[in-house]
Amino acid sequence: MPTALRSPAALGAPAGLDDILRTPSAPVAPPLPVRARGALRFITCGSVDDGKSTLIGRLLHEAQGVLDDQLAAITRESRRFGTTGEDVDLALLLDGLEAEREQGITIDVAYRFFSTGRRAFVVADTPGHEQYTRNMATGASTSELAVLLVDARKGLLEQTRRHAAIVSLLGIRNVVLAVNKMDLVGWSQARFDELVAAFGAFAGPLDFRSVTTIPLSARFGDNVVEASPNTPWHVGPTLLEHLEAVEIADDSAAPFRFPVQWVSRPHADFRGAAGTVASGRVAVGDAVVVAASGRTTKIARIVTMDADVEVASAGDAVTLTFADEIDIGRGDVLAAPRARPTVTRRFAADLVWMTDEEVEAGRRFLMKVGTATLPATVTRIADRLDLAWLGRVPADRLALNAIGRVHVETAVPVSIDPYGENRATGGFILIDRATHATSAAGLVIAGLDGARDVHAQAGAVDPAVRAWVKTQQPLAVWLTGLPGSGKSTIAALAERRLVALGHHTMLLDGDNVRQGLNADLGFDAASRAENVRRVGEVAKLMTDAGLIVLVALVSPFRADRERAAGLFPAGRFMEVLVDASPETCRARDPKGLYAKAESGRIVNFTGRDQAYEPPTAPALVLATDEIGPEIAAERLVQAILERIRTQPASALAAQL
Amino acid sequence: MRAADVVAERLPEAHAAVPSPAAAAHPRLSPHLRRLEAEAIFIMREVAAEFRNPVMLYSVGKDSSVMLHIARKAFFPGRPPFPLMHIASGWDFRDVITHRDRMAATYGLDLLVHTNAEAAAAGVNPFDTETGEYSRLMLTEALKAALDQHGFDAAFGGARRDEEKARAKERVFSHRRGHVWDPRNQRPELWRLFNTRLAPGDSMRVFPLSNWTELDVWDYIRAEGIPIVPLYFAAERTVVLRDGAVLVVDDDRMRWREAERLERRRVRFRTLGCWPLTGAVESDAADLDGIIAEIVSSRVSERNGRLVDGAVQASMEAKKREGYF
Repeated sequence: MPTALRSPAALGAPAGLDDILRTPSAPVAPPLPVRARGALRFITCGSVDDGKSTLIGRLLHEAQGVLDDQLAAITRESRRFGTTGEDVDLALLLDGLEAEREQGITIDVAYRFFSTGRRAFVVADTPGHEQYTRNMATGASTSELAVLLVDARKGLLEQTRRHAAIVSLLGIRNVVLAVNKMDLVGWSQARFDELVAAFGAFAGPLDFRSVTTIPLSARFGDNVVEASPNTPWHVGPTLLEHLEAVEIADDSAAPFRFPVQWVSRPHADFRGAAGTVASGRVAVGDAVVVAASGRTTKIARIVTMDADVEVASAGDAVTLTFADEIDIGRGDVLAAPRARPTVTRRFAADLVWMTDEEVEAGRRFLMKVGTATLPATVTRIADRLDLAWLGRVPADRLALNAIGRVHVETAVPVSIDPYGENRATGGFILIDRATHATSAAGLVIAGLDGARDVHAQAGAVDPAVRAWVKTQQPLAVWLTGLPGSGKSTIAALAERRLVALGHHTMLLDGDNVRQGLNADLGFDAASRAENVRRVGEVAKLMTDAGLIVLVALVSPFRADRERAAGLFPAGRFMEVLVDASPETCRARDPKGLYAKAESGRIVNFTGRDQAYEPPTAPALVLATDEIGPEIAAERLVQAILERIRTQPASALAAQL
Repeated sequence: MRAADVVAERLPEAHAAVPSPAAAAHPRLSPHLRRLEAEAIFIMREVAAEFRNPVMLYSVGKDSSVMLHIARKAFFPGRPPFPLMHIASGWDFRDVITHRDRMAATYGLDLLVHTNAEAAAAGVNPFDTETGEYSRLMLTEALKAALDQHGFDAAFGGARRDEEKARAKERVFSHRRGHVWDPRNQRPELWRLFNTRLAPGDSMRVFPLSNWTELDVWDYIRAEGIPIVPLYFAAERTVVLRDGAVLVVDDDRMRWREAERLERRRVRFRTLGCWPLTGAVESDAADLDGIIAEIVSSRVSERNGRLVDGAVQASMEAKKREGYF
């Protein structure tokens, strides 16, 4: 560790210590500012065997000094695993996994920490193998600068280009092009210039603010810390000099965003929203809006354990309390009312695809953005980035490590910003619903709704008030089942009975809806998904109007129904399985559809050439093989009345 | 009066051995430490929000002390919504146990203590049992059994990436299938979007201090005036030299070897494990300033004193794969 970091007490350290340590050429700075400044977080990336781990090992060794016991350990191991002959293999400082040392490669990111007299650093050493690109992206997502290595002999490889593209995509604006292994090309300036020119031509479309080029040898240390006598033609800084000096522009001009992490209710007198300010700042008394609901309030207190504070800025972890009793929960985004995020269910995004299974339009995932996790569908694959020339080519699927533009649709509206404007509210991940793997890193490009700048209006009359006027609790009752199982018949009987009891209802029958609203839709899986989506939205509007809505729809796919269910508040959606054996349904065939399907005049017929996925946990099962429609309808009505009763009317009168 | 006020009044008296907090001299944390603190708070809140039944592993060491302090900050004015759990080997320093119980009482925390009683009854001890096997039974197996017994789906640990090179490879949210770490197949971890989804039988180990260094930990302890076990401070202690390590004999269960004799030396600990297996270092660092000065000029790493780690090079990785932290 350089002398600058030592406090005065340590300066009486054992004699000879300074001989072991290499003191950086930088002038000795006072002890505090280095650590006060905050560490520079950077990555090394590039293709396999370009020398990334060796370079970091060299930096650690020369800039700070490797601790004695660690140096002894890698000296021992170099004999066993080393790839550098008699020399100590510095890459072994980084390659911490057994498999990595055995194979001499890097599999996963290693994070290392070191300081010089001028600056502290956190470096993520990332793997070069294409197979481990997702681990490189992991390291890049939290970095401010990238050191892109190129082997002077090999030049720009596909993986070099991929890493450059990912670095740019993830918003890293400062890049060092480190041309390594210059010793193996005889320190040729011509070769260096050629590679720099090739990179310049390639990287033109990428969004880099600065590219610093350095010829070096990680193995022998040339131009890593000390300027090399082998490259008198190189006038720029050494790698460490550059890292110590580079200024990372502060992009914190983004407006206030606060994704709520946790609602704090330790006792009856305190209710606060805990979270970290993602961007911008907020002060006591400021007006803020809950982006999704459009409700506004004012900040009453900014609470921390040390003391209440007046202002909180990007990066501060605080708890906010509000002037009003406002409905707010985990996943909500608080924002500046005059600079709101986009609230939308449909948006365009770039994905870096990270699993072996390819993605096609129609695949469903869980999406995590900010502190919200919600169902989402990739509805369209628009294009794929061709790494050879950074152009976009049409594509209908993305394979492992591909980068491409897609359209995403979420089950409920999300509050997002373009990634280019705000990393915290513009980056998301997609999670595989079955394997729970992180399938993709996503970057929001733009909302897709024409009306994306129309923000939700928090009306003075809300759904609860409308329901109160009708003296009932709204509810969506979703009847699903095979064609001919009895859904329409039961729903019609149940509605008649509810109306007789004085309730306000509406029946949405699949056949009727397809005559009008959904007349443009067919019966393939995508059309069925859209059919269910529209009916779900209409049912949602009608429950907001205070109605009890009965939906009778085959809706064969579980994910489609889950998405519809996700539109409703807890307890306001009731899934009912109308269950009859396929034989019974075929025998009934009230609309003659089975006969047509048998004769091949209808395709995509549920129960024949399209699967039916029954609900896993329906609120009610009506087995129409065993009971007649009247009894089934009566059971349904009883279940509905019970559901309505268990939802006591809140203190609505007080709201009015 | 809030709980925090009570603590502030009580602590100096209860901790005569701990130098008085230097917080007055450091009224605010440096931007560097504030960033690390905020990151740890964010991680803890994510766990509290997304897991069904989390627990904080509390080893009573300096890292655990920082973790506990930050947990109190994260959920203020409430209490941390999870219990603490200490895996006690039965060979813990007495000072550690005293400190643990005092902290739990002071902050009104729910403390669970778990020991592998069967192994202890079967005669497993740090003298007769081979060191690797001892730590597997008394630490790794004890931890796994305790997590299973309580059905915890997420466990906080105080491990840092700068401690050891296998740890440098680990995610903040370390996914475990049947407790086992699969270092070749870790989930990507992008930005701060932690994937917390678990299949049945899976669990998560979570490391809020991943990006801290040993020096950060000490700087933070000094700045925040966090109480720690007195063994971290240099004092005259009764020691014995064995196999190149300086052992502090903490109770009368010590097994003596031929020609060994007790000495008085001025020593302290950089890390705290089972007392017969943790080497002290000779030191004059009797306060936090002294410790920080010593670390800055140190030529050996922190875990060098852990006899448990040394034997095989990939030892930490091997232990993590077995389900150790």
